[in-house]
Amino acid sequence: MSEAPSAAGAPLRITGAALRRDDRELWAGLDLEVQPGELLAVLGPSGSGKTTLLRAILGLESLSAGRIEALGRPVRRRGNRDIGYIPQQRPLPPETPLRGRDLVALGIDGHRFGFPVPRRGDRARVDALVDAVGARGFADRPVGLLSGGEQQRLRVGQALADNPRLLLCDEPLTSLDLANQQAVVGLIDAHRRRSDAAVLLVTHDINPVLGAVDRILYIAGGRFTLGTPDEVLTSRVLTDLYGAPVEVLRAGGRLVVVGAPDAEASHHHHHHDEASA
Amino acid sequence: MNWDDIGDALFGGAADYTAILALVQNSLWAGAVLGLVGGLIGVFVMQRDMAFAVHGISELSFAGAAAALLIGVDVVTGSIVGSLIAAAIIGGLGARARDRNSIIGVLMPFGLGLGILFLSLYDGRSANRFSLLTGQIVSVQSGQLGWLIAIGAFVLLGLLLIWRPLRFDSLDPQSAAARGVPTTAVSLLFMLLLGLIVAVAVHIIGALLVMALLVTPAAAAMRVAAGPLSVPLLAAVFGVVSAVGGILLAVMGTLPVSPYITTISFAIYLVCRVVGNRRGRVMRLREAS
Repeated sequence: MSEAPSAAGAPLRITGAALRRDDRELWAGLDLEVQPGELLAVLGPSGSGKTTLLRAILGLESLSAGRIEALGRPVRRRGNRDIGYIPQQRPLPPETPLRGRDLVALGIDGHRFGFPVPRRGDRARVDALVDAVGARGFADRPVGLLSGGEQQRLRVGQALADNPRLLLCDEPLTSLDLANQQAVVGLIDAHRRRSDAAVLLVTHDINPVLGAVDRILYIAGGRFTLGTPDEVLTSRVLTDLYGAPVEVLRAGGRLVVVGAPDAEASHHHHHHDEASA
Repeated sequence: MNWDDIGDALFGGAADYTAILALVQNSLWAGAVLGLVGGLIGVFVMQRDMAFAVHGISELSFAGAAAALLIGVDVVTGSIVGSLIAAAIIGGLGARARDRNSIIGVLMPFGLGLGILFLSLYDGRSANRFSLLTGQIVSVQSGQLGWLIAIGAFVLLGLLLIWRPLRFDSLDPQSAAARGVPTTAVSLLFMLLLGLIVAVAVHIIGALLVMALLVTPAAAAMRVAAGPLSVPLLAAVFGVVSAVGGILLAVMGTLPVSPYITTISFAIYLVCRVVGNRRGRVMRLREAS
């Protein structure tokens, strides 16, 4: 990074971003730069536009305002193979006609049109990815019979197919047990260290990633705050952000946010009140 | 009907079998192509949870064919027009499975009703009437058979060309879109290919029985295999065996073809279920120990 200024090398740069849904402004004036090797967690209640932010970086949705530059290029087309994407774990049907390694292989050949003939070297690449996510033991079993944690390891392998310098993770730990959460965080962390990749990780629970996070983007109540975990995860900052009394408690190495109103929940309450009135 | 009659209906033509085979040669080819393509496309029908859609498309395809019969234009063209309209409606409106099923549930009786209306108004040869619903491949004219084979080959080619993006989109549309797969285009292309092959199937096995070749073989294959190559290959083999086997057995007697095809395809499914369950139990035992 010595020859180029670090800002020029930022894998992700967002300027003046805003998101409006219906007539509600979810957030505005978001400027964000994620540096190589940095892990940034995006936190906030459901409905605060976290997933939309990720999809906008991939070119799958557009923001209401602002500019996004991913890996040095403005986002234009739908989808981007240079960016790694790890979705939320959703169990696959037991009869899915794929083996574990085929889920990984989709990252290599899933986008290719034309007769499904493997290219030279594809197999070796799949093998390397399977080993990198520690999936060798179950790679040849039907993917629908694997556990949620095993399936999610394979999805990480799929996302790392092109050794991405930018990795986007959308709730990658949901519905995994503690051991598998740690395993998946470990894989993401290992990739960013090995490849100096920037990671943007959307999560509703900060605890599993707390050890690896560099900065936090916390979106709530139509506003956001950005900073290190120590700066953001305090009762004072979150109370200010939510505009309601919120307390951050630390117990047994875990961190709990108490009293945070859920964006969607408050919205629904409104409707119920109107209906019953 | 006594046993002799039943014997005649089943095996009456056995003595002249080679002569009959020469006559139905093109029907056999059409059946083979449909079995092959139906088995392959069925794997995606299963993965995308679209068995009901197949049924819905086939009813509108039937309505299209009946309309063509009534106004005196080519029946194959009519069934294709009906199929493609249904495929476009389902593909365009029903991205989510739940929306899709309600749209199909609304479309299906309407299509079937239209078809029956057109057939009642039609005063031509009555043998044509119900062959669209229950199928009679051996009565299809050879010019039309050529078309059915050509359409089947086109669908096979198209399916192979979009195979990998379609597989990605069927498994995980979000990740596929993230990696630049044009998921909307892939879905619509799939609906187009599905519509075409359903139209072919309507003529060979009948609108009511289309699923026996477009769903059952793939469902059977998925009970006993899990590989990305073994499942489509097995499904294609099951489809060809059902279609060709059904025609070969049916032409020996005077009974229609469709019951033979549906019975063979169902028998294959049953065997696969038993084998799959037994294997599943062995795997669980092995894991437990």
